Amino acid sequence: MTDDFDAEGYVATMAGVIGLTIDPDWMPTVVANVRATWAIATLVLDFPLDVHVEPAGVFEA
Amino acid sequence: MSMDLIHDTGAAIVAAVKRREVSARDMAIRALEVISARDETLGAFTDVTADRALAEADAVDALVAKGEAPPLAGLPYAVKNLFDIEGVVTRAGSKINRDDPPAKADATLITKLKASGALLLGGLNMGEYAYDFTGENAHDGNALNPHDPGRMAGGSSGGSGTAVAAGMVPVALGSDTNGSIRVPASFCGLYGLKPTFGRLSRARTYPFVASLDHLGPIARSPQDLAMVFDALQGDDPADEWQARRPALATLPEIARGCEGLRVAVAGGYFRERQMPEATAAVDLVARALGAAEEVIVPEAARARSAAYVITNAESSGLHLKQLRTRAADYDPDTRSRFLAGAMVPAAWVVAAHRFRAWFRAEMRKLFETVDVILAPATPFHAPRSGTKTVTLDGVELPVRANIGLFTQPISFVGLPVVAVPAWLPGASLPIGVQVIAPAWREDVALRVAHQLAVTGVCAAPVARIG
Repeated sequence: MTDDFDAEGYVATMAGVIGLTIDPDWMPTVVANVRATWAIATLVLDFPLDVHVEPAGVFEA
Repeated sequence: MSMDLIHDTGAAIVAAVKRREVSARDMAIRALEVISARDETLGAFTDVTADRALAEADAVDALVAKGEAPPLAGLPYAVKNLFDIEGVVTRAGSKINRDDPPAKADATLITKLKASGALLLGGLNMGEYAYDFTGENAHDGNALNPHDPGRMAGGSSGGSGTAVAAGMVPVALGSDTNGSIRVPASFCGLYGLKPTFGRLSRARTYPFVASLDHLGPIARSPQDLAMVFDALQGDDPADEWQARRPALATLPEIARGCEGLRVAVAGGYFRERQMPEATAAVDLVARALGAAEEVIVPEAARARSAAYVITNAESSGLHLKQLRTRAADYDPDTRSRFLAGAMVPAAWVVAAHRFRAWFRAEMRKLFETVDVILAPATPFHAPRSGTKTVTLDGVELPVRANIGLFTQPISFVGLPVVAVPAWLPGASLPIGVQVIAPAWREDVALRVAHQLAVTGVCAAPVARIG
């Protein structure tokens, strides 16, 4: 993923797609959380996994 | 009756009831007295079910009189308010759910404890919808830490930690998705059992993250954890997530000690980003167990990250309808995370679940070489209530998100853990250590915890409340 993620623009677009109304007062923390999740997900997405590593159908420890 | 018995272990209470030294009704009344005296300032309970506790006690006393004492005769307990309690609204820490009708039936785990002779004292405060590590709640007030009411109880099972540490009940049930049993156990100085994922029925409890949710007990002794855990087990067709596994009797094995167990300390990720007390607590427990070996949990940071992504997306998916219509009614500290989680791309969630399969395989390999792994439960003692940031390894980080640094990678793959309470020399606050066992081996973690308790390395005293 690129490191110039436009979190504000993403939130504005996705709120409309999903049907969420975000009060302007809430926007800074919603954007901060989206940015945090993006950064955290990057760590997961950067990990090389073989294509045959599949999610568990029913997860058992 | 001894007026101190309510502050003893659950096992001691049950033994006294069975010997008819006290009645179950005595214990219900005594628990209600302590709740009445202490809860107003500590905020553990949201619902006190006094009539129910007394009725259950009378039923137990009738059985005891007939010589048919049930296994948990007269054990007072309470449950996080995401468990359905017949006749009580399941608020799950929220304002929104208060509009729901009262639950028509008890959660499966409550039915099991009732059948075993335990006495339900009520529902306990929690972080809204379990999306919390602090024990703070905008609607019900904060669950406070009995060892220092200016500090967090930990969450999201905050009321469970508060109630047990304050001596209101010897045992409470909580839930743990990313650390919500282990964190309050650490901050409140208690023993907490997060069983293997799929071990206990979750039927009729309010969900948070179906892929990661666990239920379990918090108590002041490992013996109480084992006693209650054994009563909670059993196949429940009402829970499709429950693994169809035979029950594991842990109480009869708990005194076997640690001889022959290979105990190691988790290195790398689990030795970084923590305050000195977290490191020292692990070292204290490791020394007591003769654990000299260090093992590296591979890709622990990514495991935590994947758990974070699944939690954020899956919980928000569950809440989507409410987020569209009642976002203003959420606790401000959870609302933004739920709104953000609704926007997580599906591909990220798939990647996180694929990583989970990889990480599980790695953890299984690791447990071929050791039987127990030790790690901090939290990176620090209970912070002061309202604390927003903490500096770890020179980096300022948000407190809320980072309390679960060391619990999240473990619950991510459902491994059983007993959090044990350490009191460092001179410390006025406890801190927990995770005793992590292989899947389906809660007995091993409980044996280790029991040894630490009987040798005095760990302790869970009732808080001194002025």
